[in-house]
Amino acid sequence: MVTIIPEIIRESITNLVKNGERSDGRSFYEYRDISLETGVIEKSEGSARVKIGKTQIVIGTKPQIGEPFPDTPNVGVLMTNSELLPMAAPDFEPGPPDERSVELSRVTDRCIREAGVVDLEKLVISEGEKVWMIFLDLHVLDYDGNLMDAAVLGSVAALMNTKIPETRIENGEIIVDHEKMISLPIKEKALMTTFAKIGGELIIDPSLEEEQIMDARISIGIREDGSICAMQKGGANPLTKDEVIKAISKSQEITKELRKHLPEN
Amino acid sequence: MITIITNKEFSTGIETSERADGRAFDELRPIKIEAGVLNRADGSAYLELGGNKILAAVYGPRELHIRRLMQPNRAVLRCRYNMAPFSVDDRKRPGPDRRSVEISKITSEALSPAVFLEKFPRSTIDVFIEVLEAEGGTRCAGITAASVALADAGVPMRDIVVSCAAGKANGQVVLDLSEIEDKEGEADMPIAIMPRTGEITLLQSDGHLTSEEFEKALDLAMNGCKKISEEQKKAILGRYG
Repeated sequence: MVTIIPEIIRESITNLVKNGERSDGRSFYEYRDISLETGVIEKSEGSARVKIGKTQIVIGTKPQIGEPFPDTPNVGVLMTNSELLPMAAPDFEPGPPDERSVELSRVTDRCIREAGVVDLEKLVISEGEKVWMIFLDLHVLDYDGNLMDAAVLGSVAALMNTKIPETRIENGEIIVDHEKMISLPIKEKALMTTFAKIGGELIIDPSLEEEQIMDARISIGIREDGSICAMQKGGANPLTKDEVIKAISKSQEITKELRKHLPEN
Repeated sequence: MITIITNKEFSTGIETSERADGRAFDELRPIKIEAGVLNRADGSAYLELGGNKILAAVYGPRELHIRRLMQPNRAVLRCRYNMAPFSVDDRKRPGPDRRSVEISKITSEALSPAVFLEKFPRSTIDVFIEVLEAEGGTRCAGITAASVALADAGVPMRDIVVSCAAGKANGQVVLDLSEIEDKEGEADMPIAIMPRTGEITLLQSDGHLTSEEFEKALDLAMNGCKKISEEQKKAILGRYG
């Protein structure tokens, strides 16, 4: 299904941006309301429900014991998967993940993996044989623009909320002790900010309308020390070098504020 | 070798005549329904029944793109029942499996009789049911939530279909089986009805029942449906009343 955007909406949003305004009254570097709850799914070892504006994602983690990849025998495994549910938007179709869904999960995975959010080396149970595999599943329930920032924020919160059983080896046997649940080793809280380019300006946290008419998009993952851990440019139009550099410096500033939504520990 | 130490209690209540969670034989688990919880969908509902957390959304009536499914004289009602990978103890692989395909089919058939499909020829009404957390009886909870979502979408209906299970656990005919009772019990029988007429739109049975027990279970389930029906109405009135 193709979404048709009336030319008049495209013009009005672009003109607003050129005048320094946005259709929902926000400033260029202002997020919509954000809400973040953790522990929302009891059967999941870690979970979070994140809302940015009316975009809503439920994220759950499932740890499983498995074998490490042969090329990395002494690190655990993190698998990120997302589903753009057909309930989330009229143009999301049921079926295997389409390219938007694959992009979302891969960008989220990159941001979390490259930042070192989870200390995967601590997830080894028996080197080269058994490791924890953490499945991170993103369930997109309502799509109102800017899935990436919501996905990373919710994923970090869900990982922080995750508890796995303690394991030990006794006489060559692995003991998985569900009576002693421990938190995942979290060593970094990286977050992502996305900007849309409209009318030659960059605006943060694009709404659905803004996403539908934007020329280009840039998502930037920033670690706590301000370094960059992931980037993704999207959209069919180019960005200039100055625009990218400006987006990075704004992102470094704004992720500090964004990080306050995460729980304390 | 992997040894797993577990702290989960699997009390089936066999030692006593009581139910594992202390309910009376004709008692439902705590239930909560909310209508209109999603922004993009035409209609939506969120339902909690015991440990079940279910979200239902409706799109339509809208254009049907798959021509071979198109009906010249009425709309088709398509359902997709889906479980989140994190909704169960062991991660469920994403995507449809045989169980969810069957549940989708019977859900569509349970809801269709209540909807004035003949008013929307050549179109589709799409019902999406997402199980965010499962604790026994998700198909019934899904149907109950989907009916509220249909009403929230303003789809014209004869009645609001409601669903509930009864069955036999620990030698006793009981209402609304929990996960443990479903697993350890002798029989599970989900039904759906149109509460104004009492007509049955879904009936499944899995397990062993005598015909006397069947009749008792059916009466129990129908009464359960009527109680849940009140909660459905409350949810719709809560949004529009």
